[in-house]
Amino acid sequence: MATVKIKIDGQAIEVEEGSYVLGAAQSLGVEIPTLCYYPFMSPYAACRICVVEARNNKGWSKIVTACNYPAWDGLEIFTETPRVVNARRTNLEMLMANCAPVPLLEHYAAKFGVKEPRWGHGTYTCILCGLCVRICDEVVGAHALTFVNRGQDRDVSTPFDLDSEACILCGACAKYCPTGHIKMQDIEERVINHRELNLGPNAAITLPFRQAVPNVPYIVRENCIHYKTGGCMICEKVCPKDCIDYGDRAEFEEIEVGAVVLATGFDDFDPTPMKQYGYGRYPNVVSSIEFEKMNNAAGPTGGKICLENGEEPRRIAIIHCIGSRDENHHKYCSRVCCMYALKFSHLIMEKTKADVYQFYIDMRSFGKGYEEFYQRILDEGGNVIRGKGAEVAPASQSQEAEGAMIVRCEDTMIGKYREVPVDMIVLCTALEARADAKDMARRFNISTGADGWFIESHPKLAPVSTSTEGIFLAGVCQGAKDIPDSVAQGSAAAAQVMRLLCQGEVLMDATYAEVQDELCSGCKICNDMCPYHAIDFDPEKKISHINSALCKACGTCVAACPSGAIKGRHFTDEQIYAQIEGILS
Amino acid sequence: MSFEPRIVGFLCNWCSYTGADLAGTARMHYPPNVTSIRVMCSGRVDPAFILDAFRRGADGVLICGCHPGDCHYIEGNYKCMRRMPLTQLLLQQLGIDRNRMRLEWVSASEGGRFQEVITEFTEQIRALGPLKLHDYNFDPNAEEVHQHV
Repeated sequence: MATVKIKIDGQAIEVEEGSYVLGAAQSLGVEIPTLCYYPFMSPYAACRICVVEARNNKGWSKIVTACNYPAWDGLEIFTETPRVVNARRTNLEMLMANCAPVPLLEHYAAKFGVKEPRWGHGTYTCILCGLCVRICDEVVGAHALTFVNRGQDRDVSTPFDLDSEACILCGACAKYCPTGHIKMQDIEERVINHRELNLGPNAAITLPFRQAVPNVPYIVRENCIHYKTGGCMICEKVCPKDCIDYGDRAEFEEIEVGAVVLATGFDDFDPTPMKQYGYGRYPNVVSSIEFEKMNNAAGPTGGKICLENGEEPRRIAIIHCIGSRDENHHKYCSRVCCMYALKFSHLIMEKTKADVYQFYIDMRSFGKGYEEFYQRILDEGGNVIRGKGAEVAPASQSQEAEGAMIVRCEDTMIGKYREVPVDMIVLCTALEARADAKDMARRFNISTGADGWFIESHPKLAPVSTSTEGIFLAGVCQGAKDIPDSVAQGSAAAAQVMRLLCQGEVLMDATYAEVQDELCSGCKICNDMCPYHAIDFDPEKKISHINSALCKACGTCVAACPSGAIKGRHFTDEQIYAQIEGILS
Repeated sequence: MSFEPRIVGFLCNWCSYTGADLAGTARMHYPPNVTSIRVMCSGRVDPAFILDAFRRGADGVLICGCHPGDCHYIEGNYKCMRRMPLTQLLLQQLGIDRNRMRLEWVSASEGGRFQEVITEFTEQIRALGPLKLHDYNFDPNAEEVHQHV
């Protein structure tokens, strides 16, 4: 396309013919105020605040709106002449005559030096800039909003002022409305609500989590306008690196590896089935991970600890061992809860004036510096009650002054039944094996224990490796553990992997099974027997073959071979028969 | 002199053999009638071994493996679990009481259980008396022959 040369406030720039002045000014860094222009929507020239003075070299000049004035060769633009400033002020005063004093107009009034608008203030809040209509039409593609009526009655609305079926509730119109005329009832007027503590993302573009590696945002399809209407695509337009690809799909890649570290982590125990604690029934009973999210400065409450109604709690109970050390759920100790519960105590006392009550069975502050931290919490004034919280119930009338709920427990230190009134309850839920742990175990030929954790080769001497060579474990997938332990195990797993990959030659057990080719009848019985998939059938020779690198020498195939063609190295048939003979001679 | 049965025990390397070891190091007392043969897995126990043991004059055969789900080789003990009832059936057809052979699960930490199993099985074989081959009339229509098929 042909380019033309224009000047803006004396700065020369070459732009495409027909492109608009405002865009060129923005690329030069010249600021032209506007209320109704965005680069990804068509210019509308509704607010008329972006007026500038256009001149040619013959002395002709004119006031034009920069957002939709096309550039032509030799055009000179002046953005701050007295004529421009005066026109902007007049236009702003006329907007104000129609519109109530909203912050945006007040801001520009102060900027342009309008003390009292000549024609007074209006009462309506819409300035008919058309941003909402354009974004719904051009960007979102829902076509739910339009201008209605004419002249003085002109307004923005849905067809016939009815609830629109075309609206997809994306909220774009409310977000771009400069005066706050359009509101999303549920979004704008919401109070902090604990339902937002759900652990998934609620924006359409989000980072997996703050420390994610690689730290790259991704699109949440359920929340993205583009996947609903095919429109929007603003992120693609603004991305300077052209990274957005809406057609991107999950892909399967086959990667050849020499070792695998399983670090699949854990699931959080769902306390809903434990009806006595009222999770899901009472509004201010939250799980520990939800409380953690509330505490997060980047979380939905901005790190503020508050009840569902937004108030600060006066008394908070933290109940330990929800689902752990419990015959009905998990018998094991989840190991991390005592310490994070103490951390919660510390944070609550730091951020609020609330009293904290910990209900514990045993305080397991086992690690380095942990006992000292426990003592510190006690010194800071955290209350600890030895006795597992038995039940959460609504407070009676006499208790309501102190808290909306009560926690019932037996304080085993004083041997008495107690009812502690509180406003908020944090349930320290157990760590449990992931729901798909069994599936993973089958896939990697390793085993899981009764609790679902992956089993290591040896609990003391080989805590990282598994029964399958080259598969290593790290973190909670092997059993409940805290961060230092997980890091230690992960480092050990990495070291094991390096040892395996760097040795060049792999040492193997001397015991393995092999097929004596001349005896094999090719019946394939052994093929399905092998739990390690070490036996392949050779279709050309019509015999089975054992991969000695995969064979673990269990001997199952040796016992199963009807032709006696498979021979174990060590523990051979001859050796065992000789032993039987020796025993019984 | 009272009858002292001769019993051959096949113990898997990872659970039962270690369990037997534990029973030994813990100084547990149990009858000396069972002589153990170490195999890597209960799945390695070929039914032919059992038949051979009886042929050579054993009065009983005991096979011990890891508990179901705990096999070092993932599922070798399940293979064994499926083979043994069939072997018992075969024994019966050969005129050997099915109770002379037993499959038990003993883990590496169950020294006490190993002691119990050995004691009980020895008593059972003692009660059955010495194995006499060729003096049993096999009835192919007997109900117990079919119950495990």
